Amino acid sequence: MKILVCISHVPDTTSKINFTDNNTQFDTNGVQFVINPNDEFGLTRAMWFKEKQGATVDVVNVGGPETEPTLRKALAIGADSAIRVNTPATDGFQVAKQLAKVATDGGYDLIIAGRESIDYNGGMVPGMLAALIKANFVNTCINLEVEGTEAKAIREIDGGKESVTTSLPLVIGAQKGLVEESDLRIPNMRGIMQARKKPMNVVEPEEVKVQTEVAKFEKPEPKGAVKLVDPDNLDELINLLHNEAKVI
Amino acid sequence: MSVLVYVESEEGKFKTASFEAASYAREIAQMLQTQVTAVTFNVEDNSELGNYGVDKVLKVNNDKLKNFNAEAYADVLQQAAVKEESKVIVVSQSANSKYLAPLLAVHLNAGYASNVVALPESTTPFTVKRTAFTNKAFSFTKIETDVKLLGLSKNAFGLKEIKADAAAEDFSPNLNEEDFSVQVTNVDKARDKVTIADAEIVVSAGRGLKGPENWGMIEEMADILGAATACSKPVSDMGWRPHGEHVGQTGKPVASNLYIAIGISGAIQHLAGINSSKVKVVINNDPEAPFFKAADYGVVGDAFEIVPKLNEKLKEFKAKNA
Repeated sequence: MKILVCISHVPDTTSKINFTDNNTQFDTNGVQFVINPNDEFGLTRAMWFKEKQGATVDVVNVGGPETEPTLRKALAIGADSAIRVNTPATDGFQVAKQLAKVATDGGYDLIIAGRESIDYNGGMVPGMLAALIKANFVNTCINLEVEGTEAKAIREIDGGKESVTTSLPLVIGAQKGLVEESDLRIPNMRGIMQARKKPMNVVEPEEVKVQTEVAKFEKPEPKGAVKLVDPDNLDELINLLHNEAKVI
Repeated sequence: MSVLVYVESEEGKFKTASFEAASYAREIAQMLQTQVTAVTFNVEDNSELGNYGVDKVLKVNNDKLKNFNAEAYADVLQQAAVKEESKVIVVSQSANSKYLAPLLAVHLNAGYASNVVALPESTTPFTVKRTAFTNKAFSFTKIETDVKLLGLSKNAFGLKEIKADAAAEDFSPNLNEEDFSVQVTNVDKARDKVTIADAEIVVSAGRGLKGPENWGMIEEMADILGAATACSKPVSDMGWRPHGEHVGQTGKPVASNLYIAIGISGAIQHLAGINSSKVKVVINNDPEAPFFKAADYGVVGDAFEIVPKLNEKLKEFKAKNA
């Protein structure tokens, strides 16, 4: 089985979010970039398929050279080779289009992408990619098993879960649950050394017509101070929630 | 030319988030001087949609569509959009809508903006405000395609009652075999519990509760308030509570009217995930906990003393205001 894991290069979850150029650009100053957490759950599941079922695992990112350390980290975790589509990621559709080309050229059986990135939160790439390459699609996937060309998956739904059967080629939207937090791997020294020698293939982008564009960013209004209620006067809390906030 | 809205239902009952999507579609239709058409699946009586400004309902009745199926539903919505010549399509941001929207976007060659929180700032260019960076910021996104698909965040717009005809008409789309290449074999859903996605109130607890055996009082509070229960990341990582309850940046987002956090310190990732909730209450024994900076109301003290007392008072309140 040939697996492609799509890796988004995103600011670490603890990052402070700021903008420059008149609020049109994300300020990367002092920001640490990581593998998008949802992609990392997917990558870790791909490692399981590699070790247990002899799958090969490639990773791909759409982005400039500055994203290569993130791909190297994925190689250090255990992916076999990396592909970087040499163009800045502009919107979900453009990324999905670039990935579709890579997926088709590589003839992958299973493509794993996080259900959403933690920066733009579009939640578009896995589904759009599946539609573009006419593969089956399971979103918010929390369990996946593959036998031959048949796949069994579990999808998280609002308030529960749903089991599905489908077949390859398949795209899944990965998230926590596909593997546990404790299964995530921190690259060891051997992995890091090996990753340096693994292929990093840079491919040139497809021409894609722009569908959406960020005109500007805005930060939320700073919040007013918290109203503290005395623990011995909880009636006051109920009164505030009922009469002031009107939420109970 | 009408604005198309996908109305979700469960066992013949409409979802509140879909009434919100219909209300939102109605106001966009007014901006564009057109009407609202809703698409419903296997719902007999659609008159309720007339309370939220829906002019016309395309009723789909098909046993094959009894279970939600993203590919098949997207196919139906595409055919409805073509039939109605819709340029704007509105969906909610439920798990199912998020699943089908990117498929629909590709089929319609539509630009898709998810997590939209307000009416379009302008319709030429078509610019919408959406959340980004897991609620740490907003982005104003211009959609440049002819057809636009909008995913409306829960509780961002609210319900707007406005009378309209909701004239129902049968709609029989063409379905093909490929629409069903993902087959549902089992649905496992707690029927008697409020889900985080649907809840108006969410009661959430963290490591401050010391162990899973202490969740009784949290569930009791949720029961009294008709709320959903949730938890912080460490709690789900330690297996005290199921993953489905984990809210935060890598868990579920919460956009309830009221979010009550008990024994949760308020790590930046947690706050990002619950930021869209309207009113936040924190109960924590550490006055320095970062959650106090993000909350509207706070109580500093021991959760094990406060929560049982608060539950009693909430019961009295509910009895009086029933």
